[in-house]
Amino acid sequence: MAEQSKVTFIITRQDGPDAAPYEETFEVPYRQNMNVISALMEIRKNPVNSKGEQTTPVMWDMNCLEEVCGACSMVINGTARQSCAALVDQLEQPIRLEPMSTFPIVRDLIVDRERMFDALKQVKAWIPIDGTYDLGPGPRMPENKRQWAYELSKCMTCGVCLEACPNVNDSSNFIGPAAISQARLFNAHPTGEMNASERLNGLMEDGGIDGCGNSQNCVQVCPKGIPLTTSIAAMNRATNIQAFKNFFGSDTAL
Amino acid sequence: MAEQREFFFRRLHSLLGVVPIGIFLVQHLFVNHFAVYGEEEFNKAAGFMAGLPFVLVIETLVIYLPILFHAVLGVYIVFTSRYSTRRYGFFRNWMFALQRFTGIYLVIFIAWHIWETRVQVGLGNVDVDYSLMEGILSSTPMFIFYLLGVISAVFHFANGLWSFMVTWGITQTPKSQRISTYFCLIVFLVVSYLGVRSLITFAYGV
Repeated sequence: MAEQSKVTFIITRQDGPDAAPYEETFEVPYRQNMNVISALMEIRKNPVNSKGEQTTPVMWDMNCLEEVCGACSMVINGTARQSCAALVDQLEQPIRLEPMSTFPIVRDLIVDRERMFDALKQVKAWIPIDGTYDLGPGPRMPENKRQWAYELSKCMTCGVCLEACPNVNDSSNFIGPAAISQARLFNAHPTGEMNASERLNGLMEDGGIDGCGNSQNCVQVCPKGIPLTTSIAAMNRATNIQAFKNFFGSDTAL
Repeated sequence: MAEQREFFFRRLHSLLGVVPIGIFLVQHLFVNHFAVYGEEEFNKAAGFMAGLPFVLVIETLVIYLPILFHAVLGVYIVFTSRYSTRRYGFFRNWMFALQRFTGIYLVIFIAWHIWETRVQVGLGNVDVDYSLMEGILSSTPMFIFYLLGVISAVFHFANGLWSFMVTWGITQTPKSQRISTYFCLIVFLVVSYLGVRSLITFAYGV
């Protein structure tokens, strides 16, 4: 490529949460090995669109820049993914950037992923060990199980699975795949297991696991390769058993 | 537990799709296949089914109420999805969209089919026999309407059987889900054959 070659970006922008979205085209000087974020930084340095008009810099979210934090997710050429790991050389041009429209848009490419945090609260995706005295060491976890659980723990709440899911949208209250897999992770932990029924009951609440329609887009798009559909099916079985226990059983805590 | 009502309704929806509706569908197309062996055979089989004791009670409990519930909740489910096969053209995403598309077609088809056959029989306008179906299916547009209806119904059942096994936590691993895809494909082909074969006999007498 020549020294002066340009990369074209068509970016869906929005000035505020309630503003109307619009598209703006930018031409960014090409550099070797550049990713989408470095192009956005270039636009920020010199916010002039392809028509030569001065405009506001495009806003986006980012943090770790190594596909671990999940903050920089956006829809790139139609596919939701992390912009830090999206290399310009591997993308078809012009490169189209859009916010993940499943989430409320804050500004331009920044979305509000708070619903994912609410989902984690609904399924109690933590292990309660706080107390007034030392509880001592918990039960041990077999090494092979730890290695298996590590895969589930890679979830970075990036929101890509929710964006790809046809059942996560404004007219549905489905919790989304990420939190279902997290409930499975904490239920697999030897100490977390002690509160397994609370997480399962959280999954069974309205807007919980039942909204899954098995389109299985989530497992295809997950940047961390988490077996989300296996988690959903496993939690389907566990919640069904829990439902029977709740109805026919004598001890609701189990 | 009021706050877990959706979970209960969705599980009931999944269960009713297979038991009794799926079983009824297979039985219905199985009995229809008697048409292939001749008008006499079909009339005997259809007469036996129509003459079952407490037939209206059985029909209501096993067919009408479950289908009504499945259809009402199903239409709601269809309109709470955002279809994305253009963006995410994966096999399962297509099945997801087709499941909902055939569901809507089936609401129309089944309503028409019940009106044209069961309701008319109930009103005493027609008799449930070979000539009734022969009369309906000899028109080409109706034949196409019924052909699409039968294939949609069997697809909806076979693909629904696949997701039933996921929803109830029977198939969890990708491998078991893949094998159950093949299994459901065979179910689709076999049951479709039963249904389509008898449609052809009704329409063309072969």
